Amino acid sequence: MTHSSWSIDAATAVLQPLSAEPGPVLIALQAIQEEFGYVPTQAVTLIASTFNVSRADVHGVLTFYHDLRTTPPLEHEIKICVAEACQAVGSRDLEKVLKTTYKDQVCDAFCFGNCALGPAVMVNGKLIGRATPAKVAEEVK
Amino acid sequence: MSVIKVYIPGDSAAVSVGADEVALEISRLARASKIEIEVIRNGTRGALWLEPLVEVQVGDDRIGYGPVSVDDVAELFASQFLSGGSHSLCIGKVSEFHWLASQDRITFKRVGLVDPLSISDYQAHGGWVGLQRALTLSGAEIIAEVSESGLRGRGGAGFPAGIKWKTVLETENETKYICCNADEGDSGTYADRILMEGDPFTLIEGMTIAGIAVGAQEGYVYIRSEYPAAIAQLSAAILVAREFGILGSSVLGSGKAFDIKIRAGGGSYVCGEETAMLESIEGKRGVVRSKPPLPAISGLFGKPTVINNVLTLASVPAVLADGAASYKSRGVGRSLGTQVFQLAGNVKQGGIVETGFGVSLGELITGYGAGSLSGKAIKAVQIGGPLGAYFAPKNFDLPMDYESLVAAGGMLGHGGIVIFDTDVDLAIQAKFAMEFCAIESCGKCTPCRVGSTRGAETIQRIIDGEEFEPHKRLLLDLCEVMTDGSLCAMGGLTPMPVMSAMINFPEDFENRVGGTK
Repeated sequence: MTHSSWSIDAATAVLQPLSAEPGPVLIALQAIQEEFGYVPTQAVTLIASTFNVSRADVHGVLTFYHDLRTTPPLEHEIKICVAEACQAVGSRDLEKVLKTTYKDQVCDAFCFGNCALGPAVMVNGKLIGRATPAKVAEEVK
Repeated sequence: MSVIKVYIPGDSAAVSVGADEVALEISRLARASKIEIEVIRNGTRGALWLEPLVEVQVGDDRIGYGPVSVDDVAELFASQFLSGGSHSLCIGKVSEFHWLASQDRITFKRVGLVDPLSISDYQAHGGWVGLQRALTLSGAEIIAEVSESGLRGRGGAGFPAGIKWKTVLETENETKYICCNADEGDSGTYADRILMEGDPFTLIEGMTIAGIAVGAQEGYVYIRSEYPAAIAQLSAAILVAREFGILGSSVLGSGKAFDIKIRAGGGSYVCGEETAMLESIEGKRGVVRSKPPLPAISGLFGKPTVINNVLTLASVPAVLADGAASYKSRGVGRSLGTQVFQLAGNVKQGGIVETGFGVSLGELITGYGAGSLSGKAIKAVQIGGPLGAYFAPKNFDLPMDYESLVAAGGMLGHGGIVIFDTDVDLAIQAKFAMEFCAIESCGKCTPCRVGSTRGAETIQRIIDGEEFEPHKRLLLDLCEVMTDGSLCAMGGLTPMPVMSAMINFPEDFENRVGGTK
């Protein structure tokens, strides 16, 4: 996953096609994150002025959704499913092992819809079924 | 020699256990042996423990091999699998494989069978017949057929689809919407995802029929961001459908307009609640709305809106194509038609089981599921997602239909069944239910926002071995407040897993000493 570094021109270009969409704030934040890897503070002001909503409205949406982040992403994004179906096949133990190895690059997720082949881990967007520390290591290297 | 068709699922679940690598290896070895093959990335048949399940077209049959790993491929070639040769991984003719053949696939009839983005394949397997028939009927006639079929909301609430549609039809407004709820956040459920990846045209057809029926020209599909492959596949299918004149200004040349947009979720469970979903599609915080007004009267952007789950809408083409009588000949009592059950968690043969309502829980778990994956005894099953009840093996004769589950203190939800072996600690699961609610609560109403945190703390004290009785009384009282006082199902149903765990597994709560049993 490669992301651009922040520039107001690039951000304006990202937002421009969304101007015809009704209720554009969430899709605007998603588009900004897709482009830059996170939502920089400047983007909040830009989205507010582009779509004629208050900065508070944009901030409210930004802080509601777990997916949206306000800091640059780390080298690897390792999401482990800690919902019930994966718990039933040992995701709690796997979570401990992964967090020891990969520290804050690991975050919890609730269900990837791979509930018959758990534990499920998503590494940099790639879904791993019947995940083990070895399978995760294979993707992270 | 003609080109040999080889089906290798492109479904996320199959890919998560190596289907892409297997597809590459099969292509490579076929090239090396100068055998001409066509690899088709179909959806999964739903027998997920067999994934990657490779199927080879031999005459009129498809011979299955699974689960295939990259290391098996050379051996499969040596066994002449491209002409259906025998091998220890061979399951024979897929159409005669008992696990699949004994199901009654209506909503899922094309999933795994067809090339998901091939419109000719879709048509060859009965696609668009329902839509064509709908275009010859009035809106009221379409809705009468849907009502007559007994089809109820498959998202969890089980509300009759026809009544919802009728309300939207009868609410006058120039602009109306069809919203498909594909925010399949319940752990243990994945049927929406598999359908969108494996047979996306069925959902498009169902939404289009809904649009024609109620007079809506625009539809939204709200898909959770955890399903990137489903988003990609449905987006691609929408483009194909536009190209072939299914979607657009004149659906199949009828002069009636309908088109579909996709919105991705933001990783919030509560956005699966229908009014929170509307807020999210409108680009706002996913905060639950008070009802009334019902979304059917004032929904998306304040307009009359049909909100249905993926499986509900995907069942509509079959209802229109084969008629209401055929659909409602399945099922029991007021639970008519088929339910797409999903076996998940610690299960040997996990996957999709579509069959008429009324099948017993035990038949699903010990029959289709073949028991636990670990080989240990099954201790608990949770039915209907994180807000559903925990049951014990003594409940295995329970018939799986809306009413029987409610009578037993549970709910069918979206049809997911999560299986746990004897390693599970139900007090920990009860605490998780409260913690999950605390994380995912939208925060609008106090019983959910505060109650969930207090609930988790109280259960922790029970786990720590503090005196059980007073904490139990406190928890029962709290659960009553959450059930009766919450605005939506998030806070209102979180007590269900908690209470059912306490009632059905009292031994996990009583007499604990310092965090152990």
